[in-house]
Amino acid sequence: MTRDRVDDDFRDLPLTRLADAALQRARELGAEHADLRVERVRSASLRLSDARVAGGGDSTDSGLAVRVVVDGAWGFSASADLTTEAAQAAASRAVEMARVSRPLSTERVELAPEPVHTGEWVSSYALDPFDVPDADKAEVFTTWSRQLLDAGLNHVDASFDWVKEQKFYADLAGTATTQQRVRVQPVLTGVVVTGDGMETMRTLAPPVGRGWEYVVGTSADGAWGWAEELEALPGLAVEKLKAPSVEAGRYDLVIDPSNLFLTIHESIGHATELDRALGYEAAYAGMSFATPDKLNTLKYGTPLMHVTGDRDIEHGLASIGWDDEGVATGSWDIVRDGTLVGYQLDRRIAQLTGAERSNGCAFADSSSHVPIQRMANVSLQPAANGPSTEEIIAGVERGIYVIGDKSWSIDMQRYNFQFTGQRFYKIENGRLAGMVKDLAYQATTTDFWGSMAVVGGPQTWVLGGAFNCGKGQPGQVAAVSHGCPSALFTDVRVLNTNEEGAA
Amino acid sequence: MSAHPHELAERALAAATGPCVALVSNRSEANLRWAANTLTTNGLTSSQDVTVIAVHGGDQVGVVSRSGVDVDSIAALVADAEAAARASAPAEDAAELVPGPADDAFGEAPGEVTAGDLAALAQSLGSALEDARSGDRELFGYAEQTLHTTYLASSTGLRARYALPAATVQLNGKSHQRSRSAWAGAAAQALDAVDVAALAAEVTDRLGWQARRLDAEAGRYETILPPSAVADLMAYTLWSSDARSAHEGRSVFGRKGGGTRVGDQLSGQHLRLFSDPTAAGMQTAPVVMVGGSSPFGSVFDNGLPVTRQSWIEDGVLRALPTTRHSAGLAGIADTQAADNLVMEVDGGRGSAMDLVADLDDGLLLTCLWYIREVDPQTLLLTGLTRDGVYKVEGGEVIGAVTNFRFNESPVDLLDRIVAAGTTVPTLGREFGDYLPRTAMPALRVRGFNCSSVSQAS
Repeated sequence: MTRDRVDDDFRDLPLTRLADAALQRARELGAEHADLRVERVRSASLRLSDARVAGGGDSTDSGLAVRVVVDGAWGFSASADLTTEAAQAAASRAVEMARVSRPLSTERVELAPEPVHTGEWVSSYALDPFDVPDADKAEVFTTWSRQLLDAGLNHVDASFDWVKEQKFYADLAGTATTQQRVRVQPVLTGVVVTGDGMETMRTLAPPVGRGWEYVVGTSADGAWGWAEELEALPGLAVEKLKAPSVEAGRYDLVIDPSNLFLTIHESIGHATELDRALGYEAAYAGMSFATPDKLNTLKYGTPLMHVTGDRDIEHGLASIGWDDEGVATGSWDIVRDGTLVGYQLDRRIAQLTGAERSNGCAFADSSSHVPIQRMANVSLQPAANGPSTEEIIAGVERGIYVIGDKSWSIDMQRYNFQFTGQRFYKIENGRLAGMVKDLAYQATTTDFWGSMAVVGGPQTWVLGGAFNCGKGQPGQVAAVSHGCPSALFTDVRVLNTNEEGAA
Repeated sequence: MSAHPHELAERALAAATGPCVALVSNRSEANLRWAANTLTTNGLTSSQDVTVIAVHGGDQVGVVSRSGVDVDSIAALVADAEAAARASAPAEDAAELVPGPADDAFGEAPGEVTAGDLAALAQSLGSALEDARSGDRELFGYAEQTLHTTYLASSTGLRARYALPAATVQLNGKSHQRSRSAWAGAAAQALDAVDVAALAAEVTDRLGWQARRLDAEAGRYETILPPSAVADLMAYTLWSSDARSAHEGRSVFGRKGGGTRVGDQLSGQHLRLFSDPTAAGMQTAPVVMVGGSSPFGSVFDNGLPVTRQSWIEDGVLRALPTTRHSAGLAGIADTQAADNLVMEVDGGRGSAMDLVADLDDGLLLTCLWYIREVDPQTLLLTGLTRDGVYKVEGGEVIGAVTNFRFNESPVDLLDRIVAAGTTVPTLGREFGDYLPRTAMPALRVRGFNCSSVSQAS
């Protein structure tokens, strides 16, 4: 059973009183726009090393934030105190910051219009992980770790992270929303060490917007297939240690969703954030080759490519009912038939570029931080009647099947990337022909997506994701999901990482 | 009812029914961010977290943190931590809590950053933005002033307070329809100590160097790495050096077949890499203050002294960061790491530009970006150059070339150092947010692996 109501201990906070106090003070001080967020983010973790508890904790960050526009300039202030006095003081400081900033601002801040919304939204989960005794969690991961150690692995690292995020948002226009979402990330990594070297093998279960049922459920329940994955993991680690080193060259790559999601994140997700494309992240995370002048003309990839932005997909890490500017969320096209057709927007960027309204991509990771434009769930759509992974592999004469993510890096305009993975299998004449290792693939974004020759069907589609995507200054983290099918990319440069490292 | 941090810590201990550590972390921050010659965001924030570390039965620990804690709710926080401890499995790093002493300054209130701390910066930044507009350039960047005051109290009598001020300024300039890009950054304890005009001048000069564009292919180059790039590479090296991973053969500092590489010669240069809580201008806490256990710090070790520690001395790996637990596992000395990093090379002299003067044919980088680990056993890292790569011929910069993706091991690179500059305070372009207190020399290295061309400009 999924939840349909925000927890009472958050609803019982004086949310409306705090909003009234802050917004009224901001209005009195001349704010054209003002919004208040009350946030409580509870994050917990458990770490095990070789089946023994190696760390963990339970942290709750709560507070309120006031953001204003005064005379066309932003002002922001936050406080950990949830009192009306603190709310008023934060509003005053935010206005002060806006006035301090005004002489340095050459652009007048205006926000795209948004209808007024009121309501409550809760993400789809069944078992609140904070309701589960920590001892029960430790027992599950200790048991799994011991299982892997008993199967011959030399070391096993296990971790479980769980987060509950509660937000109240209100603004001068009248929007008032209350939301709650839960996400979890279980990871186990096996290590095999011999005199010849060391290899690791990590579970592929992605972080998701689900509860404890994701850990204790089975693939039959629609959760992750833990039993199958843990059973296979030790053998895979040993097989990888013994595998030959890959021969560098150009290969056709069949890329599993467990790897491709991260390539999507880096080369499409970040590249189509319009604040980046305009230069607002230039000093830090960077810009984008996909500049606004290329909208509706840029051939991002093959005509098979259909990429959407989604903020309402079930279990998505970036799914929410309304964003941190009170914008009602939905889904939209980013790449259609291989052409760039859309961006991710917040209200200011939407207004700046003449969009009718934002598509709801404002997010702040805590009350201490100002909302910035953050990624929606950005996903590659499957081909309606597309092939299975096995059928894709069957069509490859000489290639490599890539599974799981490991190392990732891309330049500050999202051209040049390099990814590794957990497992790599040679493909010879349509069949898997054993594991290889020491592999990284390197490409330029549009070359890579332009080489996508086959897109898998819905049966191959998996919602992957990342818990801690960084952006902004001061730095903020956000969780985001990326769904994708298996896909075939032709003639991709493959590196041998041993050769790369050899001086 | 609100209370001073030291009072919250004392009340936490008073409420505890067993061994307990209380950490109160008070953070005050002011920041400005700008892009395309206009201010984009700002913030003036304060926060305070209380972390209670409760120990039950000697080896069970509960760690619970909460913000917005007041005297009325501190007992509940302690009760939650104690309940978590009772419910937990034994912790592998369990140890006796560290005893006193009590710091006389423990009762002092935390400091606060105010909007006034941004005043001088706002003025100099305003001038820089005005110059940029009139010069058809764009400035992007970020500046922050933080003051992080930590209070540590233990049921063993330990009382410690440490205030850590930190300021950073990063300035990125672009010109010619953003086809040219240059960066300069600085870290200090106070924004007033950062010369924004000098940073802006450096950026403007470097944009000028990019007037001439030259072709360059991927390959291995004799390369000059400025202090910022060295800081990022050495930060990753430090973070990959925990004793346990090395002992288990999982890192570049582990020996195949078992044991650590402590004692191995890593560089032919007489170089030192060390952390020192008393390093001038880069002081950090003189005792362990951690709210969670990791390979680099154990909650049970809170209060242990942190002293200067050489990781590399005379080019030889001398020590690895440990906790008491991991030192025992690895069979090496317990060496707690301070939160800063310094590299010195004997005979190092001058700046990156002085090293350029002695280079016949090679590259000068500005900084590195998106650095990620490819292979832990060699510490092969990949990443990209950013904000200017320059061709050097005959001791002079003759123009700008494309950016590159690199694949390099910073540990391997230590043995390919040809020359070094003077050690100076610097800010890592990528990891300066996490380790702003670094002092590094510029380095000239052989065979830097520019694996492929990046079109990014």
